[in-house]
Amino acid sequence: MAAAARFLLRTAGSSKASITNVNSGLHSKFGATLLRASPSCHPLAKTQKRHAAHFTFQPEPVQTKYGPTQKMNLFQSVTSALDNTLASDPTAVIFGEDVAFGGVFRCTVGLRDKYGKDRVFNTPLCEQGIVGFGIGVAVAGATAIAEIQFADYIYPAFDQIVNEAAKYRYRSGNLFDCGNLTIRAPWGCVGHGSLYHSQSPEAFFAHCPGIKVVVPRGPVQAKGLLLSCIADQNPCIFFEPKILYRAAVDQVPVESYQIPLSEAEVLQEGSDVTLVAWGTQVHVIKEVAAMAQEKLGVSCEIIDLQTILPWDSETVCKSVVKTGRLLVSHEAPVTGGFAAEVSSTVQEECFLNLEAPIARVSDDQLLKCRITWSSEAQCRH
Amino acid sequence: MQKMITVISNVLRGSATKNGAKAVSEGTRVVVSARTYADFTPQATFDIKKCDVHRLEEGPPVQAVLTREEGLQYYRTMQTVRRMELKADQLYKQKIIRGFCHLYDGQEACAVGIEAGINLTDHLITAYRSHGYTLTRGGTVKEIMAELTGRRGGIAKGKGGSMHMYTKNFYGGNGIVGAQVPLGAGVALACKYQGNNELCVTLYGDGAANQGQIFETYNMASLWKLPCIFICENNKYGMGTSVERASASTDYYKRGDFIPGLRVDGMDLLCVREATKFAADHCRSGKGPIIIELQTYRYHGHSMSDPGVSYRTREEIQEVRSKSDPISMLKDRMLTNNMATVEELKEIDVEVRKEIDDAAQFATTDPEPPLEDLCNHLFYNEPPMEVRGTNPWMKLKSVS
Repeated sequence: MAAAARFLLRTAGSSKASITNVNSGLHSKFGATLLRASPSCHPLAKTQKRHAAHFTFQPEPVQTKYGPTQKMNLFQSVTSALDNTLASDPTAVIFGEDVAFGGVFRCTVGLRDKYGKDRVFNTPLCEQGIVGFGIGVAVAGATAIAEIQFADYIYPAFDQIVNEAAKYRYRSGNLFDCGNLTIRAPWGCVGHGSLYHSQSPEAFFAHCPGIKVVVPRGPVQAKGLLLSCIADQNPCIFFEPKILYRAAVDQVPVESYQIPLSEAEVLQEGSDVTLVAWGTQVHVIKEVAAMAQEKLGVSCEIIDLQTILPWDSETVCKSVVKTGRLLVSHEAPVTGGFAAEVSSTVQEECFLNLEAPIARVSDDQLLKCRITWSSEAQCRH
Repeated sequence: MQKMITVISNVLRGSATKNGAKAVSEGTRVVVSARTYADFTPQATFDIKKCDVHRLEEGPPVQAVLTREEGLQYYRTMQTVRRMELKADQLYKQKIIRGFCHLYDGQEACAVGIEAGINLTDHLITAYRSHGYTLTRGGTVKEIMAELTGRRGGIAKGKGGSMHMYTKNFYGGNGIVGAQVPLGAGVALACKYQGNNELCVTLYGDGAANQGQIFETYNMASLWKLPCIFICENNKYGMGTSVERASASTDYYKRGDFIPGLRVDGMDLLCVREATKFAADHCRSGKGPIIIELQTYRYHGHSMSDPGVSYRTREEIQEVRSKSDPISMLKDRMLTNNMATVEELKEIDVEVRKEIDDAAQFATTDPEPPLEDLCNHLFYNEPPMEVRGTNPWMKLKSVS
């Protein structure tokens, strides 16, 4: 977060809108405050912040266009989407490790009892098998919803996803496809998840034409986007930010509804800089934007990318043409992260509109550590 | 006078329990120190459960010899693992240990029995339920507890946590289900190649037994006759799924098909030890890999977020605890055969408890690793490599 603010400090100087509000004295004072808040400089703050989340979730405004709503957290909204699907699509089946009794994150609670054990069932611990099996289920015409228990465990299935699922339609000359396959996986940092329970592998899959990769930022989007993934005629990977499962609560429509894929959402209009993120990081940049507005008078436009592949470059480029500046932030390592793709495309499309180098905010730790650092390191994002 | 004669006749009959009961009233220390070594049975032979065998003409022996020293050592180690896990449970509930944590209590006979059947120069690799093996392979309680709390004095410098503990000839501690099995076969290949007569014990659970790479590994290990003991610790539940619901065949010792196998009572330390010795001889004689299925039981849930009672009954857990607890089994054997006294074992318990308390104290007071260590060991590098922080201006150093 400090990094984002520093980027703003650097760019704010040239911004016409903010230059009148902020004098250089304030610049340095603000910068110093942020630096003091960083753990290396202030050991006392460290213990106090140890178990605090690195963001505050703000609920979505209540929407009534999809009918009555109910208070749900993110895992309940996923359950609700799956419930709608099982009710309306008799071919839909859900399978994965421990999904029958509700899954480790409680996303499938009650579904086996409601729809039967032939439709919601456990698999053995075999990720490659789960995805390969899901492709078979989908190619034969059923709606397959597979759960990989953690996105970190998806790698044994990497071959099945990249070589089998993504290329099935192309290599069979459109005779076969597994568009009915949706793979759900809890994703991202959770605060103390250590090496194998914190990864954000969206960029690995973003390199693979033929699949869609989606990350929601909250319960309302989770349900709408998941239902879109299930309905979409391409294999989709749906990454659910696991830290939001309980932390994020919205008024979510009870009935089925879809949020279109490959459409980014502009959450806040602004004129000085475009901030792009997805998943949990959206909430971080929302706070950064509020801070920048308050302390520096910088007006930020916030975009939630929502679909990583194929991504909505049009919305992002339009915004950058207006603001002239772009900052992209994600939890995954910066080298080869999806921000690099966004940055490169925007640079090609909006070169003459850019007023500052595009900034990527992430790091190259590779590891999300399990100890105190974890929340601290993420605080700095 | 009458009383004295009774006491003497008791001693002659070798009734350890009666002596023990008496000793309590007379003051433990005096009596224990007054007893001589000759009062104890130095070693005893026990009948143990016969193993089921697969593609073997003969299985491990059905009798095992236990000496008093061995018994006391096994007792201490198992008790240390048990107490350490209970302490970890407590620290987790106090939010001092964070993240993922898988406890080993109930399965102590496996770790201790396997170690008793191999040499410390042999190799061992396991999955994420690794605390017990870290101890039997030479780690200290202090290092393990400090690793759990993520402190500088931890066995992986506080960076690994519950799942990732390592020590000499112990390759971890691996978080991905089944991923350690091919590694184990690789270690065995190195042993064979170097011709040092060493072997590798490769452990996995009943859940991992269904992973594809296990079968790939069986094939390679058998093809190349690798000195590898595959051990499936079957604790009856892969997370919340019972073996019957996850495996088409629950005869895990037969699932190597062309690899010989043994099914062993994993709650009886002596059974585990004898089977491991048998398997080690098999490997060292150049016959290639062998599979052991240890039938065991975990008292805790799969991990800390699993209370462990939604897919099995409390009665089931209670029954295992009361009828086949590995520690009680060894204790009974030693007491009924006059190989130790109740006080002696109690004294061990007290020492173990103190060791655990000291370790817990260390684990809560030892400092956390410094921020400068954050990026160390990303790559092997000389001189130190710069690692980009959260912004282009924040440079961290990676030293290895």
